[in-house]
Amino acid sequence: MAALIECEDVWKIYRVGDVEVQALRGLSLTIAQGEFVAIMGSSGSGKSTLMNILGCLDQPTKGHYRLNGIEVDNLKPDRLAGIRNQQIGFVFQSFNLIPRTSALENAQLPLFYRGLSLKEQRAQAEAALRRVGLQGREQHYPTQLSGGQQQRVAIARALVTSPSLLLADEPTGNLDTQSSQEIMKILETLNRDEGITIILVTHEVDVAASAAREIVIKDGQVLSDRVTKAKPTFSTVEA
Amino acid sequence: MSAFVWLTILTALRILARNRLRAGLTMLGIVIGVGSVIAMVSIGEGAKRAVQAQIATMGTNVIVIFPGVTSASGVRGSQGSAMTLTVSDALDLKKRIPLLADTAWAKRDVMQIVYGNRNWNGTINGVSPSYLTIRDWAFTSGGSFTQTDLDSAARVALIGQTVVENLFESGEEPVGAMIRIKNVPFRVIGVLVPKGQSAQGADQDDVVFIPFSTAERKVFGTSFIGSVGAMFGSTDQVEDLPMAAEQIREVLRARHRLQAEQSDDFTIRTQVDIGKVQEGASETLTMMLFAVASVSLLVGGIGIMNILLVSVTERTREIGVRMAVGAKRRHILMQFLIEAITLSLVGGVLGIILGIAGTKLTTLIAGWPTIISGNVIGIAFLFSLVVGLFFGLYPANKASRLNPIEALRYE
Repeated sequence: MAALIECEDVWKIYRVGDVEVQALRGLSLTIAQGEFVAIMGSSGSGKSTLMNILGCLDQPTKGHYRLNGIEVDNLKPDRLAGIRNQQIGFVFQSFNLIPRTSALENAQLPLFYRGLSLKEQRAQAEAALRRVGLQGREQHYPTQLSGGQQQRVAIARALVTSPSLLLADEPTGNLDTQSSQEIMKILETLNRDEGITIILVTHEVDVAASAAREIVIKDGQVLSDRVTKAKPTFSTVEA
Repeated sequence: MSAFVWLTILTALRILARNRLRAGLTMLGIVIGVGSVIAMVSIGEGAKRAVQAQIATMGTNVIVIFPGVTSASGVRGSQGSAMTLTVSDALDLKKRIPLLADTAWAKRDVMQIVYGNRNWNGTINGVSPSYLTIRDWAFTSGGSFTQTDLDSAARVALIGQTVVENLFESGEEPVGAMIRIKNVPFRVIGVLVPKGQSAQGADQDDVVFIPFSTAERKVFGTSFIGSVGAMFGSTDQVEDLPMAAEQIREVLRARHRLQAEQSDDFTIRTQVDIGKVQEGASETLTMMLFAVASVSLLVGGIGIMNILLVSVTERTREIGVRMAVGAKRRHILMQFLIEAITLSLVGGVLGIILGIAGTKLTTLIAGWPTIISGNVIGIAFLFSLVVGLFFGLYPANKASRLNPIEALRYE
């Protein structure tokens, strides 16, 4: 199976005044196409830094990161923006929907930067909202939606570009149990039926249980990496 | 890209519509700036046009020549006090300078005019018939006197509107009436079309014209026959005025036998000179308008920049999200620039409407003549665009340089 993510001896070093913070220390990681991975770790373990690098929001200080065969380190910010737009979908803990903007337009947002015609944007965003079960709520504003529904809009926004990688950073952190289960079900379905690679950061063990592989990060390095579920037999639908 | 631009404009308009009060207050500076500039330029243009119309009442392409001043033991008299210009000067000028289409001469005095039991003190002008053609003076009734009247020193008079109003009952026909000037009877043969105020503010209609010869022999009692109060010349083309004036100077100096070191014993003014004074005044006005416009647009622009900086801070997370889903630097830059330009353009359009309304109101209430020119509106519009662009650049650039990770974490 093709490797989607290849991290090779990745270092991330910040300077805060005179203090040097080593957030990642020679981390190596390979994630294949179609995997569902949970990344766990205490705060300060470096998992947020890792997510930023995996999501092409940040670049490693040292080492190499290849996404879908593309060397991402050393790319210019605009190239990174293009890669995020084409390859990656983000789901955040706090939803991060644009306020006072309808669900449909929120879901449209990534297509906005692709220069598609308004009609195409609409059609694809409507389809994405249908996939997360939000048909009929296209014109609702975030304030008119429940937390679970807002997170589903965010997932639709992540899906609308048909990304090869979906990064979910504590997607259930702000949700009640029932909404959490709904969201996880959607993610599982996307992974199982459409073969989208999902990387999930979470504190909660039962949320991590949805994933087939669990990576624990500590002090900027991989502490443990284990398969928790037998490999599901999904069809390798490329994104 | 164009779909992106349209959507960004729509988004910008919606954001502005959402914060109507804030947007309105932000635009106020631009609205007032553009509005006041349009109103002031329109009023200024109207005033300028009125002055130009006054200058035009002098006639077309006119040159005026005054005699010099008398000088007795160093005490100098008033302009025109010397009797250095004569009728033969005027006739000779016309003969020797082909550029001159015509020449005329005149002499004036204020005298009592009597008609029936009414009287009036008005300016009596003894003129050559050509004077009336040079000054483009037309008649409401009757007509001008002729060369024959001049040669025979006929007792005929042309009277202006002010004189008509003061001597005649309304509705009474002045043409054919006998009036007396200094007890000499004159037949009124023409009534002049009113010209209104001169560029200097004098009433040009308080006037009586009689043949020059009649004036000097029968009314004024001139001691030095043939001396004139002023001479006039005209050219066919306005461009010929300076050249004609220079030639007049040479001819007159030669005729008056002036040595090289002696100064002129006459003064020449052309219509162009008089116009230049007015132009200078309107230039000063334009400079002041420009200063006012710059200051108000500057204030308006700073308002826009201020509100955009607030907006960038308020929407930091939104910017972070946009960057995360693939917005490039130029997308964010464009978004905020378009918002700035939308603000300033909407302000500009409102200002144009306000300016036109204010101008119309000025005409309506104060009765001032105003001219709203399309140029001013175009320039005002362009200026508001430039202001939006200029003052939007800093906040937009600031937004586009945000770090996506920090922007997403911003509380």
